[in-house]
Amino acid sequence: MTDDYDTLPLIPRNRAVHPDPYDPGYKTTMTRAPSLPLLSLDSTVTEQTGPVFGHGVIGTLDNNLILNWTKGEAPAVGERILVHGRVLDETGRPVPETLVEIWQANAGGRYRHLKDTYFAPLDPNFGGCGRTLTDVQGHYQFLTIRPGAYPWPNRGNDWRPMHIHFSVFGRAFGQRLITQMYFEGDPLIDRCPIVATIKDRGQIEQLVAPLDMSRAKPMDFLAYKFDIVLRGRRQTFFENRPEGM
Amino acid sequence: MTQKLTTLTETASQTAGPYVHIGCIPTFAGLGAIYPEDLGGSPISEGAKGKVITITGSVYDGTGWAMRDALLESWQADASGIYAGQPNADPAVTGFCRFAADGTTGEFTLRTVKPGRVAMRDGRMQAPHIAIWIVARGINVGLSTRIYFSDEDNATDPVLSRIEQRPRVETMIARAQGGESYRFDIRLQGDGETVFLDM
Repeated sequence: MTDDYDTLPLIPRNRAVHPDPYDPGYKTTMTRAPSLPLLSLDSTVTEQTGPVFGHGVIGTLDNNLILNWTKGEAPAVGERILVHGRVLDETGRPVPETLVEIWQANAGGRYRHLKDTYFAPLDPNFGGCGRTLTDVQGHYQFLTIRPGAYPWPNRGNDWRPMHIHFSVFGRAFGQRLITQMYFEGDPLIDRCPIVATIKDRGQIEQLVAPLDMSRAKPMDFLAYKFDIVLRGRRQTFFENRPEGM
Repeated sequence: MTQKLTTLTETASQTAGPYVHIGCIPTFAGLGAIYPEDLGGSPISEGAKGKVITITGSVYDGTGWAMRDALLESWQADASGIYAGQPNADPAVTGFCRFAADGTTGEFTLRTVKPGRVAMRDGRMQAPHIAIWIVARGINVGLSTRIYFSDEDNATDPVLSRIEQRPRVETMIARAQGGESYRFDIRLQGDGETVFLDM
């Protein structure tokens, strides 16, 4: 990858592969989804550039959620797992040195957040967030515990499947993405109204991480693989100024 | 049948949910022990060139309620219109900021330098602007818009020019309030709905 690639226009976002912004099954969207169309335009330098975070901001335990809350003093409760994968763009290029942040509930399904009042207790040894930079090939990994499922106020008895929230920067502000990773085999995935905001079955499957025994460590942790694809850049040799622009 | 395309499909977005603060601004969320400080606490550091300004506002849902749980990110050029990472950029301007609606009032504040005009690929100039990205519970795909400024010449901006209904241009313009203060409210839905961008 050259710096030149990082100056190219972004491929327009295919909104059909994303969730419907307005979906009555997920009630809160009904007052928070725009009712008017988005204004679609070619990206400019504003969208084609973005913040870069150096290794200096990342602490040694930042990608270890089992130990980062207690600074290594005591491990979190739960099923120990490695979550790993690659960040690529639509053209298949790895996205190197980009910030990946995650947050999640503890093993009982409780977040360490003022607004979470679920019965499940907080784990004194678990904070619930982590961050790392991808390597030059786009690889990242986190050591964490498998989060619990939990109920949430939506319809009468809705439960979130086990999930980890992911925030990814890419190399351009227009590539910014927040998503959620689910776990292979969880029966709650198909009952979740947030998952169901995605209408493309294949796109839902891309959010479900398979068990990956090749990366599991005997007598220590299981592993799940989760690759993430960001918008790519349009390699065009024919730049014409559109009429009226 | 045709040949298969070799491109990948972008990963689907999912809502950032109500607990996004844990992951993105844990110190703000009360998890102060986990990192030394939140990323993107300020887009500028001491010595940044240009006029320091403060933009306050709220993100309103379709009922007119100022959301208490919105998280915003901003990305902007320095006072000369150059982005961090480009040649001759102001080293005191990272250009990136994360800020959240206050949990009690729903108001956000962004303190930064006013950006300069930014050139397009074809040499035309964009009026000074700050890109904004908004996520929250109930927002399935992060929403993008821009902050322009009422005390700048926005007449020939290539993005604002593409808004057909001219009164809607106002939804992307921060109002100068005297001194260094600006007001910028974001309305997700309904009357005065902000123009959101797909760029």
